[in-house]
Amino acid sequence: MFGLIISLLVGKTIKASTFMPVQGSQVAAQVDSLYMFLLVTSAIFCVLVIGGLIYFVLKYRRKSDDDKTAYISHNNFLEFLWSFIPFVLFMIMFGWGWHVFHQMRDFSKDSLEVHAVGQKWFWDFKYKSGKSSAGEFYVPVNTPIKLIMTSKDVLHSFFLPGMRIKQDVIPGRYTALAFTPNKEGTYQVFCTEYCGDQHSSMLAKMKVVSQEEYEQWLQEDASAGLSLVEVGQKVYEQKCAVCHNTNAERKVGPGFAGLYNSERQFADGSSAVADENYIRESILVPGAKVVNGYPPAMPSFQGQLSEDELSGLIEFIKSLK
Amino acid sequence: MASSTHNYLNHEKGLWSWLTTLDHKRIGIMYMITVLLFFAIGGTFAMLLRTELIAPGETIFGAQLYNQAMTFHGAIMVFMVIIPGIPAFIGNFILPLHIGAKDVAFPRLNLLSWYCLIVGAAITFVSLIYHGSDTGWTFYTPYSIETDNGTTWVVLGAFVMGFSSILTGVNFVTTVHKLRCKGMTFFRMPLMVWGLYSTAILQILATPVLGITLLLLAAERILGVGIFDPKLGGDPVLFQHFFWFYSHPAVYIMILPAMGIISELITAFSRKTIFGYRAIAFSSIGIAAVSFFVWGHHMFVSGQSELAGVIFSLLTMLVGVPTAIKTFNWVATLYKGSVQFQSPMLYALGFLFLFTIGGVTGIMLATIGMDVHFHDTYFVVAHFHYVMVGGTLMAIMGGIYYWFPKMFGKMYNELAAQLSFLFIFIGFNVTFFPQFVLGAMGMPRRYFDYLPIYEPLNKISTFGAYMIGFGFLIGLYVIIDGLLKGPKASDNPWGAKTLEWQTASPPPHENFLTEPEVTAGPYEYR
Amino acid sequence: MSTDNTVTAGGHKHAHHFRDGLHEFEASKFGVWLFLATEILMFGGLFVGYFLYQSRYPEMFVEGASFLDWRYGSVNTIVLLISSLTMALSIHYAQKNNKKACVTNLVITLVCAGAFMVIKYLEYSHKFHLGLFPGEAFSYADAVAPNLAMYFSFYFLMTGLHGSHVLIGMGLIIWVLIRASKGEFNSEYYTPLEGVGLFWHLVDLIWIYLFPILYLI
Repeated sequence: MFGLIISLLVGKTIKASTFMPVQGSQVAAQVDSLYMFLLVTSAIFCVLVIGGLIYFVLKYRRKSDDDKTAYISHNNFLEFLWSFIPFVLFMIMFGWGWHVFHQMRDFSKDSLEVHAVGQKWFWDFKYKSGKSSAGEFYVPVNTPIKLIMTSKDVLHSFFLPGMRIKQDVIPGRYTALAFTPNKEGTYQVFCTEYCGDQHSSMLAKMKVVSQEEYEQWLQEDASAGLSLVEVGQKVYEQKCAVCHNTNAERKVGPGFAGLYNSERQFADGSSAVADENYIRESILVPGAKVVNGYPPAMPSFQGQLSEDELSGLIEFIKSLK
Repeated sequence: MASSTHNYLNHEKGLWSWLTTLDHKRIGIMYMITVLLFFAIGGTFAMLLRTELIAPGETIFGAQLYNQAMTFHGAIMVFMVIIPGIPAFIGNFILPLHIGAKDVAFPRLNLLSWYCLIVGAAITFVSLIYHGSDTGWTFYTPYSIETDNGTTWVVLGAFVMGFSSILTGVNFVTTVHKLRCKGMTFFRMPLMVWGLYSTAILQILATPVLGITLLLLAAERILGVGIFDPKLGGDPVLFQHFFWFYSHPAVYIMILPAMGIISELITAFSRKTIFGYRAIAFSSIGIAAVSFFVWGHHMFVSGQSELAGVIFSLLTMLVGVPTAIKTFNWVATLYKGSVQFQSPMLYALGFLFLFTIGGVTGIMLATIGMDVHFHDTYFVVAHFHYVMVGGTLMAIMGGIYYWFPKMFGKMYNELAAQLSFLFIFIGFNVTFFPQFVLGAMGMPRRYFDYLPIYEPLNKISTFGAYMIGFGFLIGLYVIIDGLLKGPKASDNPWGAKTLEWQTASPPPHENFLTEPEVTAGPYEYR
Repeated sequence: MSTDNTVTAGGHKHAHHFRDGLHEFEASKFGVWLFLATEILMFGGLFVGYFLYQSRYPEMFVEGASFLDWRYGSVNTIVLLISSLTMALSIHYAQKNNKKACVTNLVITLVCAGAFMVIKYLEYSHKFHLGLFPGEAFSYADAVAPNLAMYFSFYFLMTGLHGSHVLIGMGLIIWVLIRASKGEFNSEYYTPLEGVGLFWHLVDLIWIYLFPILYLI
């Protein structure tokens, strides 16, 4: 109770979000109030225990080798008190936490649905209109959003710190996140379930924009007016950059510079020249020819790239010398 | 009591007599050597990880090596250091002495359990030949099924080490039930024994479930049985349920005996009887009992139902109550005591300081609406290091310094031991407190690379890690110096009341020259 | 460490940290019971997994069970029940200082255990012949359920883990059989026999649960 009052008083003066990321929704603000309450009660508890500890050890430090100490075996009232008060506090925390959690899991609203697919190591987004994007997606401000998510390979987790929400993404099943952004801006997306080598590079951005801007983005054809190489570069940045460098240096897979027309040695001892067909096959059926010394780690991109994007990507790789 | 020249250390001679010994004290010392060795390896991995994280991007090694170092740091510290650290090492040495027994109930099983640990560890390290393992110590499926390296060996190694834990548990429960000396009723046992007893129950009940889970995972990797593999109709989240059904109680396997040590240290160095003996004893059992029903709090965002999450949140809150009782009772024990700041006591006070912070952040994480933000961020990393290092490891260090004179009959350099504590304690806070803030800021765990905004705090954290490392190096010096050149210790250098101090230092082969008879509680400082 | 042991009336030396033979017997029995608890929890994990997937894929489990012949299972159940009885009898005769009857009963127990394993071998080879392997090796062409392999993963894991316990049990029975035939057990001392007996009853008990779950439901 005491903690509650203090937290309300302090909460007014200190901004609850001191160390928290930008507050992007109503729920985020609620989480931050809960955080403030927890922080203040915890601080009081720590001051009591650690303060009491320091006070006692200093006051009752050994003065001589034959100090007599008091024989106090127990005190039922005190022990009841310091189990009951924490219990009540814990129940308040539990109830408050439940309330906030319930807000997070509220899918009842008529929301804008966006599909998100996690895959080593990028996020793909798909809208009902057929628009799709990778690594970045747009949502309109003040609109309930529902993300319907699944994974193509292993567990991932979709974390939006600005909204204070996250949800594991599981292969073979859908999970969902609901939020209503109330502040325009760019929000960071992290993967928070360990998924291998480039787990920490599995990032994305969410842009919260006005309704008009959102609709405009939905309409625009991402590749209109771009050259093939530029289309390819865009695809590269969204889907390939996690594992492949634009120079010749090895990352997870080989670097792209100088790859075109080079002689490739495979794990089974055979070799081939990296022409257009070889690159195409490596993108669509990566397991068919694995270069010696590399793990067979690349996922297939069959069905994920349009014919234009594929040609663009091949032209982009060819352009890297 | 005059100390006899005949003791367990010179009872028999030669390496072979150690490797085939059935004496619980010698087995305890063998555990000490292995655990400290594994701790050095695990700690080296920790230093490498923190060095890599000193700046964003690649600094000393790439993502692949980072993930392997992260996995080995976790697996070594959990399975080879913290789980055997107190029960198998300190507990083995102290438990029979504490209850006035000549040995544990099954000395052969006791030796076998040490060999299980060694063989399990050896199997784990075989994985290094097959490109190591990069799953993290939690082995989450389906990543752990797919990843193409020596993960199977780590899994099988952990399985074998599980036997070590089970055998120790069976041994200790039987010992406590059947081998107490005359007059040693349950409520006259030192609280360390209560801690070890509740731990042993957890080891018996939880470890087999880990065993079958790891076997299933190995079968999944070798045969593709499909139970955890979504491609074959299995459920990857079921693995998490199985895994945490063991691994959450395992957290208490790590902390309960540490709490036992703290009760010993606080009473001995404040020369005062424990405040609320029964409350502390029963809260150990209470924590052990509730620990089986809280595993779901590791899975608030794993895709379990909202109701399940809420129930697990509620049950987890209940663990907080007995933990709070213990903490308050320890502080109350100091009241009107005669507190002496020897190095074991410094570790006990350090434990109380760090464990309190670890505890309150645990409650924050149990609050389900809050956990959704904190889950799998550095907040969690900081929390469990505060509990496991700030709690368990502090207790292990305190325990080593406390019982060192009993184990080896020698004293160590007190000043160096205090210096070591200072570096570890300050370094620990410098390392892990910033990680709470990093977690609140949203930095996910198990990240090889991070956004530039997280850089300053990561730099501080790495600096703190070096301080801890330096502190442990001093600690190593203290132990080796004490072993080689330490002055002779008296039988009861701390003036403590429990039974192990009533026999010689080091104790004779059968612990007591005449069977002790107990007539009062363990902390009768009157 | 044998020098530390104390000789008691029956010729057996109880270990130095026990007060007497009875104290040792009680502690050992207590320890065995604790170990049996771990065994039950280990199998418990498998049972939980089995029931979970059975409720998720009921048709697949029905199809899988149709490959199991309840007659083999029943014979095995009876064989194991007999072996449990003879195991108990061997302890009984050890307590009565009847060495011959004790050894005879142990031999019958061992024969029953062997018969169990032979029948298991026949069952396994029949399934392997059809291509009903666990996991990825599954090669039975006429399966209706797409993930029928999982049923056989469970079948082989559960019966395999149980079978390995039968084998370990046989090893333990051979050990006590040798000791019994040397006349080491008597009314004063039969601790190993009692422990092995408890283990063997547990192995039997697990089968009593496995049999209806796999063969009858």
